Amino acid sequence: MPKPPEPSFSDLTVLMLAVRDKRDRAAFGQLFDYFAPRLKGVAMRSGLGSGAAEDVAQEVLLTVWRKAEQFDPHRAQVSAWIFQIARNRRIDLVRKENRPVPEEIKIADEVEDDAGQIVAMEQEAGQLKQALDRLKPAQRDLIQKAYLGDLTHKEISDQTGLALGTVKSRIRLGLERLRHDLKGLR
Amino acid sequence: MSQIHHHIPEPMLMAYAAGTLEHSFALLVAAHVSMCDDCRSALGAHEAVGGALLEQHPEQAVSARMKDALFAQLDDAPKQEPEVTYGRSGVFPGPVMQALKGQPPRWKSVGGGVRQTLLHADAAGSVRLLYIAPGRAVPDHGHNGIELTLVLQGAFRDETGRFGVGDLEVADDTVEHTPVAELGAPCICLAATDAPLRFNSLIPRLLQPLLRI
Ligand SMILES: [Zn+2]
Repeated sequence: MPKPPEPSFSDLTVLMLAVRDKRDRAAFGQLFDYFAPRLKGVAMRSGLGSGAAEDVAQEVLLTVWRKAEQFDPHRAQVSAWIFQIARNRRIDLVRKENRPVPEEIKIADEVEDDAGQIVAMEQEAGQLKQALDRLKPAQRDLIQKAYLGDLTHKEISDQTGLALGTVKSRIRLGLERLRHDLKGLR
Repeated sequence: MSQIHHHIPEPMLMAYAAGTLEHSFALLVAAHVSMCDDCRSALGAHEAVGGALLEQHPEQAVSARMKDALFAQLDDAPKQEPEVTYGRSGVFPGPVMQALKGQPPRWKSVGGGVRQTLLHADAAGSVRLLYIAPGRAVPDHGHNGIELTLVLQGAFRDETGRFGVGDLEVADDTVEHTPVAELGAPCICLAATDAPLRFNSLIPRLLQPLLRI
């Protein structure tokens, strides 16, 4: 019997656990309200029109509903898990071969429902968002393009007119800055 | 596995997390992550950055129609078959078994105690399994692009160091190297390139298009 979610879990985690464990449609509706406009925004970055971007967001969220039993808050935040679903969908669209999937960690290696671990991960994710906010706009912009824009470093270089070496070093410095900030918060 | 000394370079892991890495390199990364807890957590961190950026992304208002259309599909059975997942078999981690479609590798001799099984080749590069008999060398070769080599069994040494099980070597076109398998167990590697290799002796170069290495 799964324990009821701790009150200290974030809203998104509580909603996702309700979807996973109780197939709660109202909770799914709230996740939709939060993620659909963001997923649509991300899809429109790559040049999709409004209708096509809504189709993408709809597909991603349908997968969230169908694969909810794979959500594991010990391993990934809700947003990180949905980020992976959106990324996998994009890869599967462009290639016929199977997308290489790392082996899962064996269930026996995992702790059952460790609320403390989930809360600690949520705190780290909160710190990560603060650290992202503190990046210089130019660094943040390139990091956003690299993770969300579906662009390789080479394509970012073409798009921004920055030399490839500059793109690579700004992204590297941005990541170092993030790491530095996160260490400082511990 | 704490005995792993050579890991995935950060830009490559980041590109894998973002979904922008070529297929052949993605296979190497997935295989290494299956063997390396450090890179598995680093991948999780990159995915957390992706998730945070998604949360912070500006919203685009969605139509009411979209929510209704989605809710209407919640009870439908999924169209696609559930994905088959592959686990480790012998020295081959899950992603390699996935590329082999669950079958054992079909080795082809390329001479000099070296055998290979091509797993995938396209315009963006190729990935193959290499079997190097103990003490034998992979012919001296440079690269037009980047070559990744992940050791699955045994070990090899070259001009840049020693690589044991789980170690990933990244060689770019400035490296001319001759990997030699250590004595003991045959060395089995997963190797990917983003360009055809150029061998430094005549015959392999002639055979290169035929062997697709
Ligand atoms: Zn590693």
